[in-house]
Amino acid sequence: MGRKILLEHAHIPDIYTYEVYRRYGGYRAVEKALKTMTPDEVVEEVKKSGLRGRGGAGFPTGMKWSFLAKPEGVPRYLLCNADESEPGTFKDRYLMQHLPHLLIEGMIVSSYALGAHTSYIYIRGEYTWLLFHLERAIAEAYAAGWLGKNILGTGYHLDLYVSPGAGAYICGEETALIESLEGKRGNPRIKPPFPAVKGLWQCPTVVNNVETLAAVVPIVNDGGDEYAKIGVGRSTGTKLISACGNIQRPGVYEVELGLPVEEFLYSDEWCGGIKGGKRLKACVPGGSSVPILPYPLVTKTASGEPRLLSYESLADGGFATGSMLGSGGFIVYDEDQCIVRNTWNFTRFYRHESCGQCSPCREGTGWMEKVLWRLENGQGKMSDIDLLVDIAQKIEGNTICPLGDAAAWPVASAIRHFRDEFEWHVRQPKLCLERNYGLLEDKTPVADWSTA
Amino acid sequence: MPKVKIDGFEVEVPEGTTILQAARQIGGDVVPPAMCYYSTLQGSGGKCRTCLVKVTKASERDPRPLPKLVASCQQVVMDGMEVANISSEEVLNARRGVVEFLLINHPLDCPICDQAGECHLQDLAFEHGLASTRYEFERRTFEQIDIGPYIKLHMTRCILCYRCVHVANQLTDERVHGVMYRGDHAEISTYIEKAIENDFSGNVIDVCPVGALTDRTFRFKSRVWFLNPMNAHRDCDKCAGKAVVWMYGSEIYRVTARKDAYGEVHDFICNTCRFDKKERTDWVIEGPAHIDRHSVISQNHYEDEEKVVR
Repeated sequence: MGRKILLEHAHIPDIYTYEVYRRYGGYRAVEKALKTMTPDEVVEEVKKSGLRGRGGAGFPTGMKWSFLAKPEGVPRYLLCNADESEPGTFKDRYLMQHLPHLLIEGMIVSSYALGAHTSYIYIRGEYTWLLFHLERAIAEAYAAGWLGKNILGTGYHLDLYVSPGAGAYICGEETALIESLEGKRGNPRIKPPFPAVKGLWQCPTVVNNVETLAAVVPIVNDGGDEYAKIGVGRSTGTKLISACGNIQRPGVYEVELGLPVEEFLYSDEWCGGIKGGKRLKACVPGGSSVPILPYPLVTKTASGEPRLLSYESLADGGFATGSMLGSGGFIVYDEDQCIVRNTWNFTRFYRHESCGQCSPCREGTGWMEKVLWRLENGQGKMSDIDLLVDIAQKIEGNTICPLGDAAAWPVASAIRHFRDEFEWHVRQPKLCLERNYGLLEDKTPVADWSTA
Repeated sequence: MPKVKIDGFEVEVPEGTTILQAARQIGGDVVPPAMCYYSTLQGSGGKCRTCLVKVTKASERDPRPLPKLVASCQQVVMDGMEVANISSEEVLNARRGVVEFLLINHPLDCPICDQAGECHLQDLAFEHGLASTRYEFERRTFEQIDIGPYIKLHMTRCILCYRCVHVANQLTDERVHGVMYRGDHAEISTYIEKAIENDFSGNVIDVCPVGALTDRTFRFKSRVWFLNPMNAHRDCDKCAGKAVVWMYGSEIYRVTARKDAYGEVHDFICNTCRFDKKERTDWVIEGPAHIDRHSVISQNHYEDEEKVVR
């Protein structure tokens, strides 16, 4: 059984209420941090823990916090990015649903560390019920004296607000989030200046993912060194993985980083193998934005090492044979799934969610979507495949925000690993409407977990 | 003052200058094209990505190159910075890509477009575009909208540079002009087709790099290259009154603001000067407005002495 840190108490009935959460040791971290530690000591613990951003990019949180500009007389802000909208990712929803007080506790400690006196949770517009859920939890925290003026008599004061978005994936990008929070159209800003210097209302701002802020609680409770012992290498701690697709047991799992993908995928403790005894075809390990991996590369890296659920191991092989941990949206495809259709579906999403500010992303995502639709529906041409690669190349790296890259990578990687399937769609325009390519022309045996 | 080297040309510029502005001080071919940046509009730029350049050396202190291509209209120069624009194949390739993206949903209706001849997209496509398109789908189209009595919005031609949005934002008190929707279905719109009521609203026409916003008092009257642009001025109580009048014989067909070599207006003019003063007697004509030699407008040699109407 893997060790659980964040979701330790998630199974307890009514843990979302303040009384139950407090009974199980909740808000200890606030007591410890506010009464016994200075803000810099909290930052130092987080640095020692090696905690990396759980939203997708994996940037070291302690370092991000130390970049925060601290000019005199200017307020600083902590924003929680709860705009979780990536296809395949639903870990923050689970966390906020079951443990809203864990997030609030993490935000109090983090705000204290950063010297912020106003903090916001920017929540995805579609999570309407969570908005009220969180607001109720915040009201409980206010009533119990964990928020507001003079917390625990230490003289530190903090106000926490929840602000819903209006339903846009792009507002998960930190500068677009800030724009949206300011009440403007959610267009990403041009960087520099970075939010750490000029963020919300032109004041220094830190934007962190829900899971990252929640992970600050065990770090403060047990110490950064203790947290750093979990995991492997520079991937420390635990990560919430939202597993979905053709698996026996989809859901949100907390894993220690460094768990082998093979174990995660086939062990009954986790995903429980592929549904219906089918074979694995492909896996997107970190939410729709990361490159897709074909089955031989899911459990083993190109050099034959077992692939682990960690930032480094999943990225092993770069874009040629690797992927990314991303936000932990683990999507599994069995042999009957159509990669072309899946790629089209992802691209349709990015087309719909592109903000339309810069030309490569605005026009390129729409173009790719149309070409992929044509391929999927048996109207494609051989040249379309190279055209897609070329469009993806011209979007990647040339846009204001990472949405362009996120739209380009799934397409580029799907063609790199499943070109035969794309070609089959062109060669068999009638057949591809009737059935899927599957693993038809591929006789490579699939690794058997039972013998491993 | 920081020194920056662009395509091998060194220039010394004041602190806080962008790469694009530094390149403009050098001039010539090393100036990156800009479709959305407009020096006189606050907050413009960074969107069209045509001005992407490669920074091969970030500064004297940190000589590493920047990992990605940067928008030269936004990136501030550092001392010792080295930039590759036309000397980098990567930049030219990216620029070709951007031009292709801008053109896939553009109607290419230049033969009936009033902007033809002074269109930045035309110049850009001429320089960096392909002769044929790889786009085989229906292009995005919109209904034409009248923004008040003077301005026509033809959204089909728009490249979403946001320049007009900045003009409207910086001119009007109420926010009535902006962008609606997202992605490739985004469109410029006035709030429920409300006209921008401001004495300077006509300037959205001048800042538009394409033919999306055109002058309704001039639409389909003449091709711009049949007209002779003349610098002229009049006493105006609202604006500086310095404009360019576009003449055919002794008749004034249209009035625009004066643009610099990069098509940017420094003295915005008011609607009275632009739309209502089209009599020869309204203006004191100074002489031919200089238009770059490569432009089709200078093909009629209007600057020759005998053609000048005074």
